[in-house]
Formats: sequence, structure tokens, C-alpha cells
Amino acid sequence: MEAKEKYVLRLADNALILGQRLGEWCGHGPILEQDIALTNVALDLIGQSRMLYQYAAELKNDGSTEDDIAMKRDVFDFYNVLMVEQENGDWGKTIVRQFFYDTYNYFLYEALCTSTDQRLGEIARKSFKEIAYHAQFSAEWVIRFGDGTSESHERVQAAVDDLWEFTGEMFTPDEIDLAMTEAGIAPDLNQIAAQWKRKVTQILDIATLKMPESSFMQKGGKVGEHSEYLGFILAELQFMQRAYPGMQW
Amino acid sequence: MMKEKIRTILHEVKDPEIPVLSIEDLGIVRDFFIDDTNTVTVVITPTYSGCPAMDTIEADIIKALEEAGFKAKVKTVLDPPWTTDWMSEEGKRRLEEYGIAAPVKGSADKRTLFGKSPDVRCPHCRSMDTQLVSQFGSTACKALYKCIDCLEPFDYFKCI
Ligand SMILES: [Zn+2]
Repeated sequence: MEAKEKYVLRLADNALILGQRLGEWCGHGPILEQDIALTNVALDLIGQSRMLYQYAAELKNDGSTEDDIAMKRDVFDFYNVLMVEQENGDWGKTIVRQFFYDTYNYFLYEALCTSTDQRLGEIARKSFKEIAYHAQFSAEWVIRFGDGTSESHERVQAAVDDLWEFTGEMFTPDEIDLAMTEAGIAPDLNQIAAQWKRKVTQILDIATLKMPESSFMQKGGKVGEHSEYLGFILAELQFMQRAYPGMQW
Repeated sequence: MMKEKIRTILHEVKDPEIPVLSIEDLGIVRDFFIDDTNTVTVVITPTYSGCPAMDTIEADIIKALEEAGFKAKVKTVLDPPWTTDWMSEEGKRRLEEYGIAAPVKGSADKRTLFGKSPDVRCPHCRSMDTQLVSQFGSTACKALYKCIDCLEPFDYFKCI
């Protein structure tokens, strides 16, 4: 597989899997407004994943459609980061996962807006406005919880500590990332890491939360080595196409 | 002549979720042209990337043009990305009449973390003393507000 195709699939898989995770909250949110908020974010992410899968299908150029790519691959052929497949947990954990990811996504897509790859640039410019809105939403909730009651503070600090080990993978470049940076298609992940760290430090500080000190980081999602969660996510996501291949609404 | 006719037809195609707005008012129609085979190609751009109304809008455009005797095609473009700045003044006026506060210019995307919130006018009593309830609302393009004066909740067509 060509490096660019794989890179586009990583972006697409991140958006689809996180969108699917957030969709699990539909009908279960703590209050109606927040239920609606998460499903709105999910809708944006799934819309973004469609633009990216359409592009991946064109790059693949073997007659596959966006649906084939999303619905017919198994766990080891998904390249999303481990962060997005982590369990929803309580609402605080969902928000922290979103905050860590949105902040990364914000700086990543801001840079992708000026990609040398024309199509990726178009998709990024469309997506960035939505991502900026998500990033504001999740950061505000981190502050509200962190600087809220002692229970909300404790729960959200626990989520920060839990999810910390999944942040490193987003910024650790492998040969695909390096090739994309070299070609001017994607930004240097070290630069994104620095921007991310500055923003996350600032928000955690306002939220009276502590930044974890541990430097142990999980990795594997980007090359198809996933936690056990992804299989369950795909089982639900892909059920209809697996049970009734080629079915249409 | 032909162009005017097509424009009139497109003006009759409404947003399925906000039926007081035509797709032209919304700024979804970017361009249209007619080729030698008398096929009209309409170029549209999505409001939000996951907007579920886009498929309906596409079908409605084709139906409206075919009923008027044209062959029709719809092409979707992403760039430049849609902005509420493209909404017509007439559209904004009708939106407010319908009970949805119109997007406030200049409160756009870069206000992340944490620029000022826009000053949104209550579509019921026109008070400026309003408050954000939730950044997200009943559809991708709306946020939820309430009015401090008349106490009514209302949708705000968010500015992007
Ligand atoms: Zn009012």
C-alpha cells in the first residue's frame, strides 16, 4: 500500500472510530443537551471520515467504494490511534478522551489546511471549522469538571491519568508520518506535539488538574495492533454488512 | 433567459430541515451551468460534512429541474468551505421570523479557547440579553440559547 493511502486511512479511521464511540452515547447522555452535543460531534466526525474514505478509495483505485473500506476491513487493517477506541467510561472520561484528541486534531488539521496535497487540503479546510468547535466544547467541559465539585474533580483527574498513556502515539512519527512530512503533505509531528502540550498544560492548569508525570506510552494502533476494544466496536459497526453483504438502505 | 429560469427553479428548492430557507439563501449552490446536451450541472457545497440533509437536497434539485424539463446533475465541492457569511440577508430575515436566531457575523471559527461569545438576538422579543445553553442543538447547524427577558428557549444558527 502506498504511504499516502495509508496516511489517509489513518485519518479516516480515527474519525470513524471516535464517531462510532461517541454514537454509543446516543440516548444515554447525562442530560438531553449533552446527549445531543456528543451525537452532533459524532456526526461531524463520521462526515469527515466519509470525505477521507472517498479519497482513500480513489487512491486505491481498484473499484472499492468508501463503504467497502469502512465496512469490510478487519481489526488488523484499521490504523486509528489507540486513544479513539478507548472505552467511553463515565461522561468525564469521554470528555477527557475528546479533549486530548480534539486538541491534537485541532493543530493537526490546522496544519493540513496548507498541505501540498490539494485534496487533503480541501478536506482539512472543510473539517477544521468543525474540529475547532469540538475543541472548544471539550476544553470547556474539562474546566467545568476539574474546577467543579470534589467528585467531578476526582473523576476527571482519574480519566486524565488513565488516558495519558495513549497520548504519546499521536505524536510519535513512524516512516509513513516522516514520508508525509518530507513531501509537505503533513506537518512535523514534533511541532504538533509542542502546540498540543502548551494548550493541554494551559487548560489543565485552569481546570486545577494535574498533568501526569509518567512517560510510559502505549503504541500500536497506527500499524494495526489494537486493544481488544476495537473488535467489539467493529462487530457493532459492521454487523449489517457482515450479515447481509451488499445490503443498502 | 435560461439562466434566470434555472435560478428561479433552484430558489424553490428548500432546506428540508429549515423549510423557510431556499438552498440559494443558504449559499449551498455555488454555481450551475448548462452543456450542449441540455444537461444542467448544479455545483453545491455541504454546510457541515456530516449534514444528513445533503442527500435529500441533491435529490430535490434533480427532481425540480427534471420537472421543468431539464436533465440534471449535481456535483459536490468542498472548497472553499461553506460559511454562514454566504447566507443571504433575505434568508437571515426569514430565519428570524421562523424563530431561529440568525448567525452573527464576525464570531467565526477562530474563537476557540475562548474568544468572546457572539451577541445573539432573541427571535421572539428581540432582546439582546440572551444566554448560551448548549453549543449544540437539534441539527448540526444550530446551537441552543435562552432569552433572559422573555425566558423562551430558541435555536441559534451558529456562525462558521
Ligand atoms: Zn426573548
